[in-house]
Amino acid sequence: MKAKWKALTKQQLFLPIFSLIVVLLINLIKDPGFFQIGLQNGVLYGRLIDILNRGSEIAILAVGQTLVVAVSAGTDISVGSVMSLTACGTCMMLAGYGNNSVNELAVPMGVGILFGLVLALLCGCMNGALVAKLKIQPMVATLILYTGARAIGLVLCNNQITYIRYEPYKYFGNFIPGCPIPTPIFIAAAVIALMTLFLKKTALGLYIQSVGINSKASRISGINADMICFWCYAICGLCAGIAGIIASSRIYSADSNNIGLNYEMDAILAVALGGNNLGGGKFNLSGSIVGAYTIQAITTTLLAMGVSTDQAPVVKAIIVIAIVVVQAPAFKQMLAERAAKKNAVRKEAA
Amino acid sequence: MENNVLIEMRNIRKTFPGVVALDNAQLTLRKGEIHALMGENGAGKSTIIKCLTGVYERDSGDVFMDGVEGNIHNHSTMDAQNIGIATVYQEVNLCPNLSVAENLFIGRAPTNRWGAVDWKTMNKKAQKIMDDLDIQVDVTRNLENYSIAIQQMVAIARAVDMDCRVLILDEPTSSLDDKEVEKLFRLMRQLRNKGVGILFVTHFLEQVYEVCDRITVMRNGQFVGDYTVAELPRVKLVAAMLGKDFDDLAAIRKEGTGKEEGPVCVGCKNMSHKGTIKPFDFVIHKGEVVGLTGLLGSGRSEMVRCIYGADRSQTGEEKMNGKVIHIHQPLDAIKLGMGYLPDDRKAEGCIADLSVKENIILALQARQGIFHRVSEAKQNEIADRYIRELSIKTPNRDTPISQLSGGNQQKVILARWLATNPEFLILDEPTRGIDIGTKTEIQKKVIELAEQGMSVVFISSELEEMLRTCSRLYVMRDGQNVGQITDENGPITQEEVMQAIAGGDKS
Amino acid sequence: MMKKQAVQTDGSMKKTFNGNNMLLAITIILFVVMYTIGCIVYRDKGFPHLQTFLNLFITNAGLICVACGMTCVMLTGGIDISVGSLIAMDCMLLAWGMGIKGIPCIPMVLLILLIGIVFGSVQGYLIGYLEIQPFIVTMAGLFFGRGMTAVICTDQISITQDMNKMFYSWANAKITLPAFLGYTNKKGRVIAPFIRPTVLIALAVVVVIFLVLKYTKFGRALYAVGGNPTSAAMMGLNVKKIKMRAYMLSSFLCSIGAICYCLNTMSGSVQQARGFEMDAIASSVIGGTLLTGGVGNVIGSLFGCLINGTITQLVTTNGKLLSSWANIATAALLMAFIILQSIFAMIKNRNR
Repeated sequence: MKAKWKALTKQQLFLPIFSLIVVLLINLIKDPGFFQIGLQNGVLYGRLIDILNRGSEIAILAVGQTLVVAVSAGTDISVGSVMSLTACGTCMMLAGYGNNSVNELAVPMGVGILFGLVLALLCGCMNGALVAKLKIQPMVATLILYTGARAIGLVLCNNQITYIRYEPYKYFGNFIPGCPIPTPIFIAAAVIALMTLFLKKTALGLYIQSVGINSKASRISGINADMICFWCYAICGLCAGIAGIIASSRIYSADSNNIGLNYEMDAILAVALGGNNLGGGKFNLSGSIVGAYTIQAITTTLLAMGVSTDQAPVVKAIIVIAIVVVQAPAFKQMLAERAAKKNAVRKEAA
Repeated sequence: MENNVLIEMRNIRKTFPGVVALDNAQLTLRKGEIHALMGENGAGKSTIIKCLTGVYERDSGDVFMDGVEGNIHNHSTMDAQNIGIATVYQEVNLCPNLSVAENLFIGRAPTNRWGAVDWKTMNKKAQKIMDDLDIQVDVTRNLENYSIAIQQMVAIARAVDMDCRVLILDEPTSSLDDKEVEKLFRLMRQLRNKGVGILFVTHFLEQVYEVCDRITVMRNGQFVGDYTVAELPRVKLVAAMLGKDFDDLAAIRKEGTGKEEGPVCVGCKNMSHKGTIKPFDFVIHKGEVVGLTGLLGSGRSEMVRCIYGADRSQTGEEKMNGKVIHIHQPLDAIKLGMGYLPDDRKAEGCIADLSVKENIILALQARQGIFHRVSEAKQNEIADRYIRELSIKTPNRDTPISQLSGGNQQKVILARWLATNPEFLILDEPTRGIDIGTKTEIQKKVIELAEQGMSVVFISSELEEMLRTCSRLYVMRDGQNVGQITDENGPITQEEVMQAIAGGDKS
Repeated sequence: MMKKQAVQTDGSMKKTFNGNNMLLAITIILFVVMYTIGCIVYRDKGFPHLQTFLNLFITNAGLICVACGMTCVMLTGGIDISVGSLIAMDCMLLAWGMGIKGIPCIPMVLLILLIGIVFGSVQGYLIGYLEIQPFIVTMAGLFFGRGMTAVICTDQISITQDMNKMFYSWANAKITLPAFLGYTNKKGRVIAPFIRPTVLIALAVVVVIFLVLKYTKFGRALYAVGGNPTSAAMMGLNVKKIKMRAYMLSSFLCSIGAICYCLNTMSGSVQQARGFEMDAIASSVIGGTLLTGGVGNVIGSLFGCLINGTITQLVTTNGKLLSSWANIATAALLMAFIILQSIFAMIKNRNR
């Protein structure tokens, strides 16, 4: 029994799924109607749907973040700001510079969205270049955009909240008429599916893990380690862009100061909670995704308990620290030494 | 204890999981002598030093030191320093961003009556120490402004000032030029005259004869002998280090192979890498096994790294099958049909957490490119084939490579290159740290591959192994390709090779 | 087997130019140039007055304290991005304690300093003893601090004279400089330049940290750990303890900075000091502190803060530019200096 339990806990997916179950159980006990899903005005509603819906951005970010963590043993802390920049860029394009509320689009919707995504990709490329080529610690490199991107977004929107009161723009973050399921769920599913397919059909996964574990040996074996690292950051930027569009569409506006706020923390937490080592190397995408929805479940639960969005980071910060402490080799060694000492004492007593 | 003896280590045994690193090793260091510790890779030089300085704890054996009661057990380098044993490494263990004076006094800086660091006194004291040792530096300048030689001397000065009586120099001269080495030697002689016992680890034979008084030779974790310099001429020293006794495995190579030369596979002219290897020429024919011999640090690894493009050559040109080729990164070499098994298996070979299968197909995958994934079925097939062919002992193909033994890890890396079916394969120390049985298997495989038409470069610290497999040997000494030995006039003999490696006087 | 340290002869020694001194020189020149340009372009808006220069210190007193702490941490090769949140939390606590709860200001200030030490020692322990990446730990610190601010109170609280007379008088105390340094305004009255007590606190912090770094064993140990931690350990320094103390010092100085910051803004809010960590890091880096550790000093960081302040000042004096331009400029400058640093490092390695 004990051995079985141990084998179970060793599974990489154990941590995220276990935490998800715990969170859901707590909710169920508090509110027996938790799992109820209903139909209202032709759309689905309910806590579960809400978690799936709201967790979309985190899941998309977690996809990119997982790659970055695996390849460079560092994290991209600019994702939240890049979300905000994308939103601002898109809305600026759609509304035309200087307008803060429009009912008609200045350019076709596709062009605006494309512009936003290109901005996000450029941000990712910049991070990638700094990390892969100039060998700057990932977090310092991404710190530049962590503050910079949001500020650029503010400039793009002329320090205002730009509203796009154009019905189809709301589709991405809400509902497409006639479809009862929120659109973000589809987008997240598409991104996840695309990435899974990409990892399955190409050797990207092998390359990333190989570079993350031993970049020198990878280079000798013919892998362009710098290039792989660069593209992981670029992909991460693009993911942040997609998440930014969703977030912007939800409120059909670009609120530079609040879009993507604290999302970098959620994304990193999702990766850690997914059983991935923040020290890089082997990764498991599905873990991160389950992790992402777990985070959203925690956030939703906290909100339901009356904890505000501003306060929630306290809990998340504590969870992150707990996870990295448990992962830390120095901590494991410390425990082992303590156990050895105890054993020695016990032996002496005997 | 015999008079004048400073350190006596006897019957030292040290094992690591699965390996006996030291067995019955011994070492005697006297006052006022410079004592060379010689041996090839895996001889146990660094292990015995680490046992002395407290980095490792020995399993059994005795260590005595003059003036210290009883058997010594150091648990850390600090313990060793406290009883007067100091070590200076090849990579200088000082802080380059601090001034010379601070490096001399860090952790024990003189303070004034308010407890503040007294820079004036510190600089004065430091300058005096350096002047006494006749090292010309401005102690207020940062250490990074000085050459590695000076940095090493500063490290030595620090050790001397902390009353060390035993000074261990671990390959201090590897990155120095002749003038700097001369300076270092002057300092060493000066210290010797003051009665310090110096243990000097180096790969350069010249230097041993220039500065040392006695030599201890080790091989395979065992003590071979303790000689005065006069009684051990170069050739004998090389013989003692490499080991003369053949284990009488019949020569695997059939006599006469390699006699008839095929077309040239790879040819290099005048290639070099700044700071590591001087310009060299190199030729290998189709189906030939060529050895690179020379002691560790002689430039044999650097040479093949240049050929393969792991380090980019700054001069000369490289041809493959008659065509000039340009290799900018290893991937280019792989696409041209080259393979390179690096000597440092842990740092440059294994991808530790990946499975045996993934490790095997890595180079093949890299050659095909990221968008042409080797299918799962093919991966399994390739992995299974090489696991069978090279008899890799692994629970299954999905076991992480880090869980295999050293020898099996090496076979996996070999399989990685064989899977790409290269025309030209470089094997740098493929048999290091591997048990005899596996060694023979790998040697046999090399011969077999050559017979199938592959050109193989084989590098090994073990001479007999090279003689058994190679038909031609390039001899490397001090970063230079100094010549070659062929078996045109009958089989190559050990004496021939040792003479060539030792070079210089033929005493 | 590659030898990273290749041969370098004594002859070329003198030629190796010192990239680090160069960075500091660039910083000082940059500051002078920027300020001069400001003086010329905005001469009508009072930019050339001494008071404008002193205002730089008054508004950035908190930043100067924090940058000093950041420099100490960065010397060890680490980083502390929790400072902005810690300031927000401290300010909120001060505002809430004095404003809502009516606690006298001395105990509140002492409490803030204590919180700084505790906060720093937790971070320091995780980084020094458990060897977790500094960035992860302090990032958690960042979110923890910000979250705690909201836990204390979600509203914006202003500290008014009625709430705490003593604190209010501290904030509004003027230390007037001799009148001849002043200027005559349009009505013909001579306005003497002044500074606030916070400036004195900030300058005192700079001086103390300068002395600590130069003349104490702890200060020198910070450099040694940043230069080469393995060597430092081999030379008998307790690297773990030194690292932990560096983070404690950083958070402690951050708390002092928070008090200065609060005296300047006289309020507490959840949004306060967002992105402050960026300003502090940028100040240190612009001031010549290497991200890899081991090189840097607080004088450089002081100039870094002044450059930072000048950028903001220029943007606000302009009046038409959005305030976020200041953030963009700082980020761009930080990036420029990071790239410069890595270029200098590359040249240095090539020269070897």
